[in-house]
Amino acid sequence: MAYQRPEFKEQFENYIGGEWVAPVDGKYFDNTSPIDASFITRIPQSNAKDIDLAVEKAWEAAATFNKTSPAERSMLMFRIADRIEENIEKLAMVETCDNGKGMRETLGADLPLVIDQFRYFGGCIRTESGSVTNIDPDTVSMEVHEPLGVVAQIIPWNFPLLMAAWKIAPALATGNCIVIKPAEQTPVSLLVLMEIIGDLLPPGSLNVVNGFGVECGKPLASHPNVKKVAFTGETSTGRLIMQYAAENIIPATTELGGKSPNIFFESIMDEDDEFLDKAIEGFVMFALNQGQVCTCPSRALIQESIYDKFMEKCLARVEAITRGDPYELGTMMSAQASNDQYEKIMSYIDIGKQEGAEILTGGSAYKNEQYPDGYYIEPTVFKGHNKMRIFQEEIFGPVLAVTTFKDEDEALEIANDTQFGLGSGLWSRDMHQVHKVSSGIQAGRVWVNCYHVYPAGASFGGYKNSGIGRENHAMMLSGYRHTKNVLISYNKNKLGFF
Amino acid sequence: MPVERVSVTQAASEVIDRLRNEHGELMFHLSGGCCDGSSPMCYPVGEFRLGGRDLYLGDIHGCGFYMHADQFEYYKNSHTIVDVVQGRGASFSLEIPLGLRFLIRTHIFSDEELADARPAVAAN
Repeated sequence: MAYQRPEFKEQFENYIGGEWVAPVDGKYFDNTSPIDASFITRIPQSNAKDIDLAVEKAWEAAATFNKTSPAERSMLMFRIADRIEENIEKLAMVETCDNGKGMRETLGADLPLVIDQFRYFGGCIRTESGSVTNIDPDTVSMEVHEPLGVVAQIIPWNFPLLMAAWKIAPALATGNCIVIKPAEQTPVSLLVLMEIIGDLLPPGSLNVVNGFGVECGKPLASHPNVKKVAFTGETSTGRLIMQYAAENIIPATTELGGKSPNIFFESIMDEDDEFLDKAIEGFVMFALNQGQVCTCPSRALIQESIYDKFMEKCLARVEAITRGDPYELGTMMSAQASNDQYEKIMSYIDIGKQEGAEILTGGSAYKNEQYPDGYYIEPTVFKGHNKMRIFQEEIFGPVLAVTTFKDEDEALEIANDTQFGLGSGLWSRDMHQVHKVSSGIQAGRVWVNCYHVYPAGASFGGYKNSGIGRENHAMMLSGYRHTKNVLISYNKNKLGFF
Repeated sequence: MPVERVSVTQAASEVIDRLRNEHGELMFHLSGGCCDGSSPMCYPVGEFRLGGRDLYLGDIHGCGFYMHADQFEYYKNSHTIVDVVQGRGASFSLEIPLGLRFLIRTHIFSDEELADARPAVAAN
């Protein structure tokens, strides 16, 4: 089934205090679609003045929103989820146009996961409770949750709506007001979402300010009146975010990427069955979202004994990836998100060639006949060794680096020889092996006999340079609130010191 | 003369000049990781706090170029060329409002070049 490019109005504004507000200095930038480099709409090029206004409006709203009941917030989550579900096709088309990812993914993964995220946190906030302890017969200790107040969130361009949902849902569920900045490459889907759900939200509880990192992101991340910063992006900006948070003595959570190993043990080839078919798909998952995923399984580690036979099947599956119109559901791979992203990926393909890695398939740009001006790259598989730069740096594109290992110990050694620790996968029919290897991997997520599934309720976050904090799980609630201890004495007698 | 580890294209030098006029002295830090990572970030000197594990690789057009020791482990054999392309990266790098994005191109050192490569030294 084919969808089409949606219609957009000529210009959007910031969403502040429940209203569409023009940027104070009146500047805008052009937002374009990576599918064909065409103009989509104009987006506010905001600065510190707009951030100040949004933070002020958020605090005005916080006076009441911080005190809403869990039942009200839970219902808000469910209503948002329902409204998104009613508009799922429209939002999926907008996301496809803005980011370049295909409708196959936006309709099949991004938007359903957005809906699920709001429902999950709606359930969490309604059903959880604090704790009360009898310290002694006359002393009761209560752990009470309170929202932080107003929080700042900066989100990336690879899953614009889903990453917004991962941050917005737990923050609203805990009663915080939000100022959020979308990535400048993909600003429009969150603005369209605000058109769709804005009437459900208390004015000022969720404020969206657009602009460039240094002009708009920095004033938000370093603002003295925000009480927490949540960021997904790369390591240098992650360090700056934590540096600003240190200056303001506030918490920061950061998700900073990875170079995830996907390990295939020989037992997968014991049968030629549906599980082997699933493992082959697991190998090809490096091409999902055009490889632009923090957990992209960008290193495939294959046991020597099955290398030739398994790779033959995998490469055939890679070469069967269909290209074409991103609005067509049958199209498996679509556009990279921007020109500079395209250039960077091509520069890493060049590095792989210079390092002497062998190209098993792909290795060049893809010419999309229908959209000659868009940014398309062939799914590319290199064979090399783990010390090469294409095995160690996050390329954030459809580029897979493959190597082999002899046994479990060598698999773990290679898997953990990386500065990152976000995702990982392992494929095996041997449950004892699964336990040993999953225990040994230094990463926040180990997918066993699956990959790239993100159900709400399964925590997500990094070890090592991949960042700090866990999202997509109820434990993130504590990232958005204070714990107040109320210690009550029912004893009428003094302590006796004075 | 040692073989330099970093260099810069003419186009990128011109962008550095424009940014220096507006923001003062500049530095580069190579970012790793997600989305806009594996790219050079350009900041005013003093904005980004260099740490004990950051390394100085050399100057490009009057700006210090730094990266974390974890990353340098895989750049030891590489000459890094800072170039610029049209684009819209996220991050707090200074050129982004110009509709431009610095990026790196790479030359892998020959054995002879590697033997004479400038040592990377502690940033502080």
